[in-house]
Amino acid sequence: MKLFKRLVPWILLAFAFFILPAMANSELFGFSQFRLNLFGRYFSLAFVALGVDLIWGYTGLLSLGQGIFFSLGGYAIAMHLLLVTKNDFTTGANGLPKFFENYGVDNLPFFWEPFWSFPVSIIAVFIVPSVIAGFVGYLIFRNRIKGVYFSIITQASLMVFYHFFNGQQKLVNGTNGLKTSTTEIFGLVAGSDEAQILFFRITLILLPFAYLLCKYLTSGRFGDSLVAIRDDEPRLRFSGFNPTPFKVIVFVVAGGLAGISGALYTVQSGIVSPQFMSISMSIEMVIWVAVGGRGTLVGPIIGAVLVNYLRSLVSEALPEAWLFVQGALFVFVVVLMPDGIYGWFTKGGFTSMLAAFGIAKKTATYPKLDFDESVQEESFKV
Amino acid sequence: MQNSILDLDQVSVSFDGFYALTDLDFKLYPGELRSIIGPNGAGKTTFLDVITGKVKPTKGNVKLRGKNIIGLSEQKISRMGVGRKFQTPRVFENLTVQRNLELTASPTKTPWALLTKSLSSVARDEVFKIMEYVGLAPYAKLQAGSLSHGQKQWLAISMLVAQSPDIILLDEPVAGLTDDETSKTAELIKSLAGEHTVVVIEHDMEFIRDLGAPVTVLHQGQKLTEGSLEEVKRDPRVIEVYLGQTDEN
Amino acid sequence: MDLIFSQLLDGLSIGAVLLLAATGLAIVFGLMGVINLAHGEFMMIGAYVTFVVQNIFRPLGGFAFEAYYIIALFASFIVTAIFGVVLEKTLIRRLYGRPLETLLATWGISLILIQFVRSVSLAMVIGIAVTALLGWVLNKFLPLPLKQASFASYLKGSLWTVAGIIGLIAISTTASIGRFFSNPWFGPRNLDVTPPKWLQGTWGSIAGIELPGIRIFIIILSALLIAAVVWFLTKSVWGVRIRAVTQNREMSNCLGIPTDSVDSITFGIGSGLAGVAGCAITLLGSVGPNLGGAYIVSCFMVIVLGGVGNLLGTIIASMMLGIIQSIIGSGSLLIAFPDMPNSIRSVVEFFATTSMSYVLVFIFIIAFLQFKPTGMFPQKGRSVEA
Repeated sequence: MKLFKRLVPWILLAFAFFILPAMANSELFGFSQFRLNLFGRYFSLAFVALGVDLIWGYTGLLSLGQGIFFSLGGYAIAMHLLLVTKNDFTTGANGLPKFFENYGVDNLPFFWEPFWSFPVSIIAVFIVPSVIAGFVGYLIFRNRIKGVYFSIITQASLMVFYHFFNGQQKLVNGTNGLKTSTTEIFGLVAGSDEAQILFFRITLILLPFAYLLCKYLTSGRFGDSLVAIRDDEPRLRFSGFNPTPFKVIVFVVAGGLAGISGALYTVQSGIVSPQFMSISMSIEMVIWVAVGGRGTLVGPIIGAVLVNYLRSLVSEALPEAWLFVQGALFVFVVVLMPDGIYGWFTKGGFTSMLAAFGIAKKTATYPKLDFDESVQEESFKV
Repeated sequence: MQNSILDLDQVSVSFDGFYALTDLDFKLYPGELRSIIGPNGAGKTTFLDVITGKVKPTKGNVKLRGKNIIGLSEQKISRMGVGRKFQTPRVFENLTVQRNLELTASPTKTPWALLTKSLSSVARDEVFKIMEYVGLAPYAKLQAGSLSHGQKQWLAISMLVAQSPDIILLDEPVAGLTDDETSKTAELIKSLAGEHTVVVIEHDMEFIRDLGAPVTVLHQGQKLTEGSLEEVKRDPRVIEVYLGQTDEN
Repeated sequence: MDLIFSQLLDGLSIGAVLLLAATGLAIVFGLMGVINLAHGEFMMIGAYVTFVVQNIFRPLGGFAFEAYYIIALFASFIVTAIFGVVLEKTLIRRLYGRPLETLLATWGISLILIQFVRSVSLAMVIGIAVTALLGWVLNKFLPLPLKQASFASYLKGSLWTVAGIIGLIAISTTASIGRFFSNPWFGPRNLDVTPPKWLQGTWGSIAGIELPGIRIFIIILSALLIAAVVWFLTKSVWGVRIRAVTQNREMSNCLGIPTDSVDSITFGIGSGLAGVAGCAITLLGSVGPNLGGAYIVSCFMVIVLGGVGNLLGTIIASMMLGIIQSIIGSGSLLIAFPDMPNSIRSVVEFFATTSMSYVLVFIFIIAFLQFKPTGMFPQKGRSVEA
């Protein structure tokens, strides 16, 4: 039984890897290339969700700025693709990506230069976000900014990047963003079905690695320190730990994961734009994790896929209803299901429901939870 | 005369003009056990805050083994061998009892070491010994948040023992404990003294008597008097601050 | 120089709106520890209330129309305050002491409010009424044994779900009757509010520089309201109660202060201020469902910069933000100082758009926090960090 439980995720992964593309090819059960591409996007969003879970679910720091790193990864890969592709759709008369023509730019801005190289670009996808996360994180954590202040500052940083990318037409095509669907990669047009299946499979191959990285970080004593930071950071200081490097490391890893996520998402959606840095996008990432189950590593993956699948279904049926559904989801999860779906099953929510209906036996909890007033008061202080 | 391990010299702390400590002098010698009492608002907790680096004194010097520690961060002071238990038991609620202890017992506290090395078997044995001693062994795999108040107190003290600092500062270690537990705590603390230097802040006079250590009385941020519990109890000034009247008439 | 002065006035009026909104946010955050991301949407509601009041008064014409704005000010305060109280009683109350959770939940509320304003129609109102009534009745007349059963909470949830589904059916059936039912009241597009005549034009001039009535009015309005808030919090009975609850909830409870009502009133006032800010915004530009998002981050920046619970800090920070944004963002520096050196000129040009002025301001704030992590006017004492 235990072995079976361990195998389940790998079986699902193999199913998604081999069977789904085949189904999409033969349009089995109404599954189409379009759907496959959507699922590829959902899975690529699972990376950023894992990062959010590390920083929020484990360490207790709610970052509302993951969109920065997500977009940077997307821009990195898009810039490379735009540079190396030479066809009528993407290349302008002066040999540069086409949008430069609109603003009369003849010289490539300097920071585009490294992106001629494929290896450099691939490394930049996670290094650039990581470095920026490290820089921003160090500045914030050094000053012991935490709690809601951390959230607000990360949101403000997000706005800095958003307005910068939005306002700089001559550098990154401003609000229009960079289109990758007409570019070429590995000899394929990025928007073609073959390329999309490839991206889908790359996403699925990389996902276990991201998962294992997070597992490595959270399961040992390092992970214990993260939980300790979440529970009572000052107390950890008095034990001789300096929380700052821990937090910076986690923020860097979360940033790198977001970058990879953004790159995979960009090639599969065909565009990267400052909209990825909107306030709403970054908060949504948090709700994927919350819905799936924070503080677990399976939860964010489940959450990212499920919520986005739900989004597609609702938006296709009744576009206006999505914001209502999403808003209700936020409220519902926070108030009634704080452990998320996965946590609800694994942390006793499910059994207590069965018990309420008299189907399962009530499990005795010992020792009883403590309701000491002074303890409650202490934890009430933020 | 032995060199003092901790030396507070004319320390004052003011919050917006309100003085929590005023020109406090305080010396502590290695291996000593010292009790501190005083009415509410006497500055007992602020006194600990100053030693552990949580609060920076407005004026004065704090020296640990002759080295000035003012302005150092909490973690640096802690690594120099000062451990503290808070007024309410603060434990990491989402970690198991064992992991709480292992984390504080860890001799290396850098992220890299925690990622790559596992805890030495010596330290792990020590953790088990402590858990056995305080009776938390059956709860080793239980989340600390689900312990009772008394058990959390024990765990908080155990974490200090596991951390094994030279100076152990205990802020109200027996608040909310039963009589049995209280006397057991007194035993534990007495056994710690000698190898460690221990400072205990308590309101429970029975417990202070059990400890049988020299007592320092704080009042309005100043040291009122020092001596054995019996001496202190006879001091008219102490009676005045505790009961609000003098024996003069 | 005239240009700089008028930009300064612009900046002051934007700052005044920010101040109103940020004060509301600061009351809720500073006194209750609640991060309300729906605060911007309360501003939006205030703006829409102004729009509705205007449309009611427009046919009356004459003096009545001239006076509509004053009535709109009160109406927007009251309506948003009611929204705030309802939100506090239903949702925020469950989340006290968990600021990050309130942040997420109120974001959910803000999404719902945005979409509500976009698509509200008669059909929808009927549907919501049906759901609310049905859910209430079903739960009210539940047999007692079921009410006390161990699965009662799950049952209640299912009943509300059923009521919701019936409500949805009600919406789609009434909407299919005709356009009268299905037409959205506001729709997703931006709407315009016409300021009354006495606000348009100028209110005299100082040293040859004209004073635009709208800007001056907003600045005066904001000053009056802030004074009123200060008076309320320091002098009135409820203000004293609010501060008492902030300092020691249990003790206040023991002294017979109705802490529940205090919470509701505090939240209501904070929200009401957002509503008034929204009403003031209608004078500066058009009204749209996304209005709130544009202001909420700036409001938070004001609080972070000014320090929590510090009125003077809030005032200075909001004025600074408003002025920097308007003077640098408009590019008026370039016109006012035509002969600045080229190197400086290129820097100023780089930041001379609304977007880039945001970049500048936020970078400035983040840099500022490196030196003063607790804002300009930090709180002191042992209560700061538990």
